[in-house]
This record gives sequence, structure tokens and C-alpha cells, in this order.
Amino acid sequence: MNRRDFLQQSALTTSGTLLIPHFLKAYESRAMGQPMAPSGKILVVVQLSGGNDGLNTVVPYRNDIYYRERPGIAIKPDDVLKLNDEIGLHPAMTPLKALYDDGLLTVINNVGYPNPDRSHFRSMDIWQTATDSDKYSQTGWLGRYLDKSNSPEPYRTLEIDDTLSLALKGEQLNGLALLDPKKLYGQTRSGMVKKLSQEHDHEHETASYLYKTLAETVSSAEYVFGKAKVKSTGTTYPASELGNRLKTVSQLIQSGVATSVYYVSISGFDTHINQPGQQERLLRQYAESVGAFMADLKTAGRQNDVMLMTFSEFGRRVKQNASNGTDHGTASNVFLIGGGMPSQRVMNEAPNLSDLTEGDLKYTVDFRQVYATLLRNYLGADDAAILGRKFDALKFV
Amino acid sequence: MNEAPESEPSKLANIRYLYSRAGFGATPVELTDAGRKPLRSVIKQLLTNGKQPFAELYVVDAETNVTKRNLKGMMRDGKLDRDMLKERIRQNVENVRDLNLQWLDRMASGENALREKMALFWHGHFACRTMGQNPLLMQQYANTLRQNALGNFGELLMAVSKEPAMLQFLNNQQNRKNAPNENFAREVMELFTLGRARNGAPNYSEHDVKEAARAFTGWQFTPTGQFIFRPAVHDDGEKTIFGKTGTFRGEDVMGMLLEKPQTARFITSKIYRFFVNDTEDPKRVDDLARHFQKNYDIASLMERIFTADWFYDAKNVGAHIKSPVELLAGMRHTLGIQFDTPQPQIFVQRTLGQLLFYPPNVAGWPGGKNWIDSSSLLFRMQLPSYVLKAADVAVQPKEDGDVNTVSLARKGGQNFKTTVNWSVFETAFAKIPDADLPDALAAVLLPFPLRPDQRTLIDTQIKSGQTQSERIRLLTAALMSLPEYQLS
Repeated sequence: MNRRDFLQQSALTTSGTLLIPHFLKAYESRAMGQPMAPSGKILVVVQLSGGNDGLNTVVPYRNDIYYRERPGIAIKPDDVLKLNDEIGLHPAMTPLKALYDDGLLTVINNVGYPNPDRSHFRSMDIWQTATDSDKYSQTGWLGRYLDKSNSPEPYRTLEIDDTLSLALKGEQLNGLALLDPKKLYGQTRSGMVKKLSQEHDHEHETASYLYKTLAETVSSAEYVFGKAKVKSTGTTYPASELGNRLKTVSQLIQSGVATSVYYVSISGFDTHINQPGQQERLLRQYAESVGAFMADLKTAGRQNDVMLMTFSEFGRRVKQNASNGTDHGTASNVFLIGGGMPSQRVMNEAPNLSDLTEGDLKYTVDFRQVYATLLRNYLGADDAAILGRKFDALKFV
Repeated sequence: MNEAPESEPSKLANIRYLYSRAGFGATPVELTDAGRKPLRSVIKQLLTNGKQPFAELYVVDAETNVTKRNLKGMMRDGKLDRDMLKERIRQNVENVRDLNLQWLDRMASGENALREKMALFWHGHFACRTMGQNPLLMQQYANTLRQNALGNFGELLMAVSKEPAMLQFLNNQQNRKNAPNENFAREVMELFTLGRARNGAPNYSEHDVKEAARAFTGWQFTPTGQFIFRPAVHDDGEKTIFGKTGTFRGEDVMGMLLEKPQTARFITSKIYRFFVNDTEDPKRVDDLARHFQKNYDIASLMERIFTADWFYDAKNVGAHIKSPVELLAGMRHTLGIQFDTPQPQIFVQRTLGQLLFYPPNVAGWPGGKNWIDSSSLLFRMQLPSYVLKAADVAVQPKEDGDVNTVSLARKGGQNFKTTVNWSVFETAFAKIPDADLPDALAAVLLPFPLRPDQRTLIDTQIKSGQTQSERIRLLTAALMSLPEYQLS
């Protein structure tokens, strides 16, 4: 054995035994696999990026103002999938209507926040950080949820993507982003990553933070990959980006991965020009993917443990523009699906199109009321500590 | 500061550290050259270079630049069809992209490094996001930051606040007599000068914001990108701001803000956290701020920092996490890397969360540990393989939802084709024996010496029978893949 081989081997043995950082030991001794929410409930957030046009998603099909302001893009009353005698769903959303008929869908109208911002980036920031529109935060609401939980490991909040959204970044800890458990696992096995992750605590605080992140990444990736050995229920998902991602979520849930929150986003809702075709395609993709996801969970007997929440950073202007599209607006609707809620269906009043602010809808439900209700009543977390103050709960749980 | 007792390795380490903070790192040749001079004169040189006349960034000129609004007007008048409109808007987005890349080239060149580094700091401080895809406004804004980067803070504050890009971003065009919009006035106080509160006490009141907003009415810009004061929309009535009453205009408010010691304190603290340590040392910042407030000379403040003994303290060295732009520009500078196609550098910036001219909001990039999560750390550790070995990229950044910026996400981002000036880099190590190469390279690339376990791991990268050139390349890529390379 030459000197290098010897060093290599001894480094391997020591790093495998003596030099496991203490935070990792704590990690292993903890019962991995216990759900984080006391209730065992799981939240799946689906973000529609670009500002989905809420008025053509949940259509006020009896409202004259709606038809007057949108001569080129309004959905005809006959085409609307009616939810009640005021509003109905876009015709591309039949699977969602079926969920509604099964008592699994709750629609909340007019969700927004005070002093709305019409920039995509800023408004998404506000939704993800859950701060007032004149304040800036470096942490997201789900990142703070992870911070405050009693079992803070990155995989507890999981984004199905290559990069991590601000929503999942905490003060102490960040959630984990992965598009595919195998792919992330492969990345942590390539090059020197795995070996470096076994390095002991560094004397420099910042370096030590990097090594801690690396170690958490490697063990989280290992945990999720090791756990995610699922047999599919045989449900067919649409071959779209959202379909694939929700399929991954379902597999992880069914494998018993101890993740409490999943985060998924799809893009393309910024419909300034020729809205109808584009929005129809996206809403169909959304509804078919969500329909398959809920059917899959139903077969697996998990549909009451999983709630899917859908939002967009803003809705769009009531009046259409000159290019058969719509411009950035304010309040819009939020969907809640599954989770074993009492079926509330349409929770509140339809948008009031005769009382607008500069052509935009007024919000009546603060989106942080939705978050607060989900955190406290659904996930069993301390909503006021996470959101910075108390918001009135809604009655959907 | 002490010059005499420095040993050669620690002097080299100090110079390496200085270049990594006051610029975008150093090449081995720069380190050797600087090593022959006293540290104080190296600092002087960095400051003097930074003050020399500089070449403006240039992608578009005022005569040919057409705004999106004008383009839409041309379409309504039948001068453009829809496809032509789309093409022209796409061209504008691409011009902003090219501006981004041109600036990155300047940072990577190492010329006027301190000026570019300082301007990058100001870009985060006076954060302004591209609105309406207008390259001309962003070009002017960037050049104003670069022009004044090491000058007088008061002049910089006034100049950048009057930039059309900023007035547009902060809605001052909508701030009119009888219909005030407070956005601009609020951000000037909260983010540009005072900060929201110090030790729990607010630095300004809501009343101050309201009244200052009235003073800023009339600060507008023309369609060709010129600042203009429009008396017709200016509220010339009396305002009471910070307890003083008068028929103030925007310039008066800026003057009042500069008179407040808190402005100097706030700026100095932010500079300290960017250039020295994310954790502030309150006494040192107090002391620096007292001097800074006398004349708001940015270069003097920087000289005071770089020449202080404590700047080189062990607790500061390696305490800064490189921003994505610092990482990319630094890697390019050290190895003389050119990208053959434009998209990969945009791809890296988007994936790691710092795209020049698109800060997340008016508060700028949060920086520090916020740069790091599991995905970004793994990507950073893979980056040398992409840049130096054209390894396959299996990562895709999110779309931001804005239909106007989709061309920034165009294909080709994952196709890294680069030219690396290895021969110059390798020459510097020609006389180093093989066994000493890892430590010699680490001394140039990393803030700390290699630990024995790391050295063992790094050694596994090389095989017997390789030429020295092959060894240097492999070792460099390996060292740049270490978590420590993320630090400066």
C-alpha cells in the first residue's frame, strides 16, 4: 500500500465513523419518518406564475358588466361549468368540476392584499413571504414554518423543481428542491460531494454553514431517494410538466416520505395577447393534472390527508385590452382541494364588478387569512409566529 | 497598518483577500506583481485605478432607442404589424441582456476592478429592475452607478435618484400635485439613506414620507430618457419634513437626508457588511461613519477600510459568501475565461438568483447566507465542471412568469462553450514541484489553506503519468468545486 492509498483509506474510515458532525448525529437519532404535522396532514401548493386571469377561470356568467368589458374574450354562459347561479368554471376544467361535484373543491373569491402591487416579481414576493406590500422579507412563509417546527429537516418542505423558491427559505433552514429523487441523489454522489459532506465542522462560521447545508442536502437526498420506492396505483397522469410533478408528489406521499408541504409551480399565465387559446391550454393542463392527482390519492386512500391549494400572484384587469388579452390586476380566486375539509364549495361572494379600484377588483379576503387557517387549523402550527401577527381564520377547515 | 512583520505567505494571503474583496479576485501574475510592493501602495493603486476615466457601457443610443409604448403606438398607427412589434420588443430585451453581459465582461477583465465592484454594490443598494424592457434607461442607470461609484455619495444619490429608470421603477412619474404617489419618497428614506429604524426607533415618520412625496412631485423624465422638472405637476406649497417647514423641492429633501448622521451610519453599515463581514461590528461602523459624514467621500471610506488592520483579521477572511456575479466574474478573471455564446452566463445568473438589471425588488439582493440553499450550493460546486469541462447541465431555472422576459430563458443556456487561457495561468506554476501544486493553487484560489483531509481528497483527482499542465487543470477544477471557493 503506498502513502496515498493509505491516506485515502484512513480518510474514508475516519470520515465514516469518528468525524460525523454533531448536527448529523442529532439528525440520525431523531425518528426520521415521523410526520411533521401532528395531524399527519399534507399540504400541496400549486403556484400559477404569471398572473392567472381569475375572472375567466371562475366566470361570473350572469354578470352584464363582465360581458360588456370583455367582448372578445368572455366565456359564453352556455360554456361555463356552473358551480351556482352566479359563477362557474372555465370549460376546460371538467376534472375540477367533477371534484366540486364530489364535495372536494372549495373556491375562495376575491383573495388579495392591501395596496396591491402589479409587478409579477414583487407580487409573487409578497405572496411567498406573506409580508405587507410595503415590507421586504428574506424568508418565505413555508421556510418559517420549517424553522418553527420541532423536526426541522430540509426534506420536510419539498419543492418539485431544480431551484428553490423564496417561499421555502427560512431563517435557520431552507426547504429542499428536487425534480426527481434519483437525479438529486445522483448529484450528491458525483465528484467529491459526498465525501466533502462528511467533513467535520469548520472553524470559520460561514464555511461551517456551507458544510452544514451540504451535509443536510446529502442526507436529505439519501433519505428521500431511499424512501421513494413506490409502486404506482396505475393512475394515468397527463404528460405535461405539472402532471409529471404532481405524479412525483403522489409517489413520495404514497412512499411515506415524511414531508408535510410540497410546492409546485407552472408558468405561462401572463396573457397580454390572445389570451383565450393560451389560458385554455394551461387551465386544461392544470385541471387534468389535479384531477389525476386526486384520483390517484383516492385509490391510495389518502385523499383526506392531502390538501391542494392553488393561487396566482394576481388576477387580471376586468376590462380586456386591445390585443384580446388582459393586463395585470389585483384580487383573484384561490382553490382548495381535498384534505378532508367539510365541503364548503363556494366560500364567499362573487367579485363585485361595479365597485372597482382603477379598473381592478377589491380584495375581501387577505391571502394571509388562507395561510393562517392552513397553518393553524390544518397543519397544527403556530400561525401568528410564522406570519408575524394574527389573521382571522376562515371557516374552510 | 503594519508592513514590516508580514511573512511572505501571509502577505500573499492578504493580497489575495484584498483583491477578492476590492475586486473580483486576482490572477497569479497580479498576485506576484502586487507581492513586490507594500500593501498600502497596492491599495492606493486599486483606488487610483478606480478613479480613472472609464468607458461607458454601450448597447443602444438615444436616437434609435424606441420604447415599448412607442412601439405599441406605431402598431396602432399601422406602421408595425404584430410580428414586427414582437420582434422589436424581443430586441429590446436582448439589448438589456447584452448590457448585462458587457458589464460582466468589464468585471471579469480586472480593469478598474474596485470601481466595478463598488458599482455592483450600488446596483444592489439603489436596486432598480428593468421596466418595460427599455435598454436605454438601464444603460444610463448603470453608467451613472459606475461613474459615481467611488465619488461623492451625495452626488451619487442625487444622480441615481434622477435616473429615468429609477423614477419609472418607483412610480414617480405618477407622483403629481394633488395625486401624490409615496413610493419614491418612501424608498429614498427607507432604502437609499436612513433605513427604516435604528435600535427600534423609527428614522422617519409616515408624515415625513407624505410631505417628502409632495416635494418630489414634478421629478419626471422625457420619452428620450432625460430627467425633467415639470413645474405644472409640482406641488409648490409648504411642507413640513423632519420638523422643518418650507416650500421644499426634491433637492432640498436630499440635502436634509445627507445632513442626518443616520444616513452616513446606514450606508457605512451596508458597505461594511458587503466588503468586510456580514456581521456588523457596531463600534467600527460608528467610527467609519463619523468620518464618512464629513464629506461623503466614498473612496476615502474604502481606503480607511482596506488599510485597517482589522480588515485582515482571521474572522473576516473567508467570511463573505460570493454573490453569483462575483463567483462568475471571479472565475473568469482568474483563468481568463471567455464565453463563446451569450446564454450560459445568463443561465448561471438566473439559476443562482442574481441577474444583473433584474434585482428581486427595490431592497436589492439580500446576500450572505441567502445565496445558499441545497440546490444553489450543488450547482455552485458543479459550475467549474460546466465552465471548464463543458459537462452536461441537468438543471433548469424557473420562469419568472413575465411574458416579456421569456427570451432571457431561451435555449442554449446549458451549452457551455468557453475558451480558457490556461497557458498564462499555468506559467505561474511552472516551477512548482508536483507535490506542492495543490497547496500552491489553493493559495491563489481559496481563502484558507487546505486541511489535511481536503488535501487527501484533492490528491485523488490526479493520476500518475499526467503532465503538469493536466494536473494544474484538474486540481484547479477540483479546488474551485470546494465549498471554500464560494467564500472570499
